[in-house]
Amino acid sequence: MTRSARQAAVIGGNRIPFARANGAYAQATNLDMLTATLDGLAARFGLAGERIGEVAGGAVLKHSRDRDLTRESVLGSRLSPATPAYDVQQACGTGLETAVLVANKIALGQIESGIAAGVDTASDAPVALNDDLRRVLMRLNGARSLGERLRAIAGIRPGQVVPEIPRNAEPRTGLSMGEHAALTALEWHVGREAQDELAAASHRNLAAAYERGFFDDLVTPFLGLTRDQNLRADSTAEKLARLKPVFGGPDGTMTAGNSTPLTDGASAVLLGSDEWAAEHRLPVLAHVVDAETAAVDFVHGGDGLLTAPVHAVPRLLERNGLTLQDFDFYEIHEAFASTVLATLAAWEDPAFAKERLGLDAPLGAIDRSRLNVAGSSLATGHPFAATGGRIVATLAKLLHEKGRDTGNRGRGLISLCAAGGQGVVAILEAA
Amino acid sequence: MSNDTFRDLSQNPLVQRLGVPRIPVLRRHAVGAPLLDGPAVVGAIGAGRFAEPVRALLEEAGVTETTEGKVAAVVLDATAATTLDDLSAAQAFLTPAVKRLAPNGRLLVLAPEPSDDPEAAAVAHAFDGIVRSAAKEVRAGATANLLVVTPDADVASSVRFFLSGRSAYVDGQVVHVGAPVGPPPAESDEEHPLAGRVAVVTGAARGIGAAIAETLARDGATIVAVDVPAAGESLAAVANRTGGTALQLDITAADAADRLLAHLRERHGRVDVVVHNAGITRDKLLANMDADRWNAVLAVNLRAQLAINAALLGSDLLSDTGRIVCVASTSGIAGNRGQTNYAASKAGVIGMVRALAPQVAAKGVTVNAVAPGFIETAMTATMPLATREGGRRINSLRQGGLPVDVAETVGWLGRAESGGVTGQVVRVCGQSLIGA
Ligand SMILES: NC(=O)c1ccc[n+]([C@@H]2O[C@H](COP(=O)([O-])OP(=O)(O)OC[C@H]3O[C@@H](n4cnc5c(N)ncnc54)[C@H](O)[C@@H]3O)[C@@H](O)[C@H]2O)c1
Repeated sequence: MTRSARQAAVIGGNRIPFARANGAYAQATNLDMLTATLDGLAARFGLAGERIGEVAGGAVLKHSRDRDLTRESVLGSRLSPATPAYDVQQACGTGLETAVLVANKIALGQIESGIAAGVDTASDAPVALNDDLRRVLMRLNGARSLGERLRAIAGIRPGQVVPEIPRNAEPRTGLSMGEHAALTALEWHVGREAQDELAAASHRNLAAAYERGFFDDLVTPFLGLTRDQNLRADSTAEKLARLKPVFGGPDGTMTAGNSTPLTDGASAVLLGSDEWAAEHRLPVLAHVVDAETAAVDFVHGGDGLLTAPVHAVPRLLERNGLTLQDFDFYEIHEAFASTVLATLAAWEDPAFAKERLGLDAPLGAIDRSRLNVAGSSLATGHPFAATGGRIVATLAKLLHEKGRDTGNRGRGLISLCAAGGQGVVAILEAA
Repeated sequence: MSNDTFRDLSQNPLVQRLGVPRIPVLRRHAVGAPLLDGPAVVGAIGAGRFAEPVRALLEEAGVTETTEGKVAAVVLDATAATTLDDLSAAQAFLTPAVKRLAPNGRLLVLAPEPSDDPEAAAVAHAFDGIVRSAAKEVRAGATANLLVVTPDADVASSVRFFLSGRSAYVDGQVVHVGAPVGPPPAESDEEHPLAGRVAVVTGAARGIGAAIAETLARDGATIVAVDVPAAGESLAAVANRTGGTALQLDITAADAADRLLAHLRERHGRVDVVVHNAGITRDKLLANMDADRWNAVLAVNLRAQLAINAALLGSDLLSDTGRIVCVASTSGIAGNRGQTNYAASKAGVIGMVRALAPQVAAKGVTVNAVAPGFIETAMTATMPLATREGGRRINSLRQGGLPVDVAETVGWLGRAESGGVTGQVVRVCGQSLIGA
């Protein structure tokens, strides 16, 4: 493959602690959270008044008032108002896709610095007007005479006043994400115990990372919340085993404990060229090596909704001449514990490799002690568009620490599944 | 409006007619404000060598000298005073001069370091008594302070501080000024006396620390604002307001000094001013004290300062005009019921400052303490009314100080030009009766 002359540097990140829906941030909007997150990033890196090349951000659940949400957040933040910004939306892949976009512009030399961001609220989700009522109101708005107006108002029916609450369901299948994941879990024979163990490890790892001060320069408290609200430091597989299944029927294996809860939060990552970082005396934690996005036909084909990363990773490895075992850290987004386990199972399966991935041999197993070592979405929660930024900053810091302590220029793999049958994956390398 | 309702009410003529004393509104420094808002009178006993430099300094600051009418400042160079007759001369100068002192005026006396000669030593030390008493007599926000100087002292930054609105709540203090440690600093701009300097402020998320960060930034410093991760939201606001950076760090963590030094090395390559402001209280009578309360207070207020100082002084990061400023407390001087742990830590800080100052002078570094008295913060706002009113009024200025008053004092000690001031403990207490 052809390589660009330079790779974008990951300088650092900031996020607010993630809150459970209707919890600490029940009254906060996407704009509030993203603005606070940008301000925390500005404070950490001394960017008040600084013009940044661009800010790419986004949210999955957006109000109509959230038009150009990212630009509005920049204007409300301490960054220079001369910093351009735009919105991106790719379901749960949003936060990683923004990082890829910004990194690519830096690699091309179009910008020297950039911020990749994402935010989501499930507490302040947009409740839309019933479509019929909306049509009546649009007609009313367009009415020119009193008579027309009265006729339009006379068109309102009681049933139309019921609002449309956004559901976490696929428009094309009507199934919720959990129901889709349960199908995949069944297909890959992902057992309950393994899921509970993964969930317990996520909580344990996140708690340990907080304890050792790992998040001191990655998280800035917001509205009185200082740690992720979903974190249960004392969680164990045994305790999780007691929960009732919520997806996949009464025999299902997926519970509220091994599935991510609805979450509010925001994250941001500061990227730049090595030169820009040096000029600003800022550290370079890691470089963005490459990224790949895949999509699967979960509607008519045989693929699971959240399995696109299964396809994206082999393509990314091949392009970079790497094997799945060439990584020091794996950050596989825990939408559900079963998603992570099904993904790993697919990579280990010889038949799947041959038939679906067109490979002679499967990618093989990974060293599980390198997986989500500072916790992941099961423990932090998953404010959709904010998860990518959380992972990029966390992985970059893990790589940096390892490099500092061992002199090893480590490598990390990020894998993020997203609604709509998409998946975004990326490779970071310690600087 | 301040949060001192009584002071605000006392400005009302009707209230004054009831015989309620008027609580002065202190003159504080504002950007662009002149050194003094009126003329000054300068006197000297015998061949004092400081009167002329002080006159030059005043002239440069646009202050005129006058022999008639109200004056904003009275400066007496008594550094040549050695006999009781000289002391009489001092009285002859001070009595009419003090009579002319305007509201918010400044009385500043420069006296010699006591010598071996008994009479000269007595005379030198007599100024201590004169100034402390005069501070209790001057009214309407005026203050009196004493600089005890060696012949080779560079007093300019200290004279400026004590005459200006920056020293509003510093009253009845005695500060020793000697020859500057380290090389003579480059001339700095009086509007931005800390321009180009990197300053670390611990406990900067709120209260006095936030005021220190803002005041040092106003004076030109680049701020590294440190506070515990849990205070990160307000810390970020302070960092952004000051155009500095936020470092979320618990200074009691085992690797805190390492992390602070690594941050300074990476982001700035050096540090010029270190302000140890973070502090906590865990009050309990000694008879009921437990080890947790004791150790928690000592860990933040003293142990962390010792560790950070040792690490900094063992590194090449502290510049050759390095200034370490430790926030102590009048509780560490006078003691306070229920605060054996806190007073131990704050008195300990004073001991540390005195020990360290001579050891680091050769590096060009000074170490000083500021000891705030009653300062109006969120903490004091939650005190019971009677305690709060008591704390506010028992000082010569009859009011609590503001966080900015502590901050201005830190700013003066943080200047490269303040190299002659080291090992000092400066109270910011309005000449409180406590710990006088
Ligand atoms: N307010 C007064 O009247 C008064 C009087 C005398 C002395 N002081 C001293 O002034 C200093 C500031 O006092 P304040 O009134 O602003 O108090 P404050 O409680 O408002 O602020 C102290 C700050 O220090 C921080 N801090 C505490 N432990 C820390 C740690 N381990 N690591 C990093 N930061 C930590 C706190 O989070 C807080 O932001 C203290 O040293 C205090 O003892 C205050």
